[in-house]
Amino acid sequence: MKFGILISEGPYTHQAADSAYHFTKAALKTGHEIDRVFFYHDGVNVGTRLSIPPQDERNLQKDWSALAKKHEIDLVICIAAAQRRGLLDENEAKRQGKDANNIAEGFRISGLGQLIEMGIKSDRLMTFGD
Amino acid sequence: MSEQVKKFLYVNRKAPYGTIYALESLEVVLIGAAFDQDVSLAFIDDGVFQLTKGQDTKEIGVKNFSPTYRALGDYEVTKLYVEKESLIERGLSTDDLQELTYEDEDDDWAEKPSIRIVSRKEMGELMGNQDVVLSF
Repeated sequence: MKFGILISEGPYTHQAADSAYHFTKAALKTGHEIDRVFFYHDGVNVGTRLSIPPQDERNLQKDWSALAKKHEIDLVICIAAAQRRGLLDENEAKRQGKDANNIAEGFRISGLGQLIEMGIKSDRLMTFGD
Repeated sequence: MSEQVKKFLYVNRKAPYGTIYALESLEVVLIGAAFDQDVSLAFIDDGVFQLTKGQDTKEIGVKNFSPTYRALGDYEVTKLYVEKESLIERGLSTDDLQELTYEDEDDDWAEKPSIRIVSRKEMGELMGNQDVVLSF
């Protein structure tokens, strides 16, 4: 089965990004297909490369980046939600006249259309949120 | 944009202010409208407050986005299901909700109400009939 994954709560505050990560790993392991994970609301904060959780804790950004690289998963951060919350890629930082960018490896910023498209193309859309 | 048409249901469960869910749900609905899917909106729990009329946010310094619901008809988002029990539990009635309408192109562009009051049981059935349910 082809799953689409939506993460709609922030990392560490909420378990959503953890549960989605474990679900994605388990689904791929059992032969299911996951092409895209969409990050919305505070979920966009998973994609900042500037987070530094304590060393003896999980690092959700690194976990997702590694999983995406291994399985070629498209990690999409909603641009509207990201801009409200201070997540910028290099192009957007330039366009908005900001002096930094913070998107982690394997993540990209794009529009909400990517979420709708994922809903259309997947057999099931799974929401991990509150 | 896509040949495949799926039934999308956006479930709105939260009050319009206090958290960002209602506003960001509306943003998905507006973008999603471009994809020509079969779209419905559900309003349950505190989500019914999203459709109340006379919202005034001046004192809390937050944008009042409630007029945007009136534009949904122009985006061909014409099915807004409001759960009756959720209204009653909050002391609300249909008189407290905005009048939202759309023009029915299959009926000589007659103006029709977009809000449909349904029971909790009907809401459950509605959810069961969807392809994609997005919950906010």
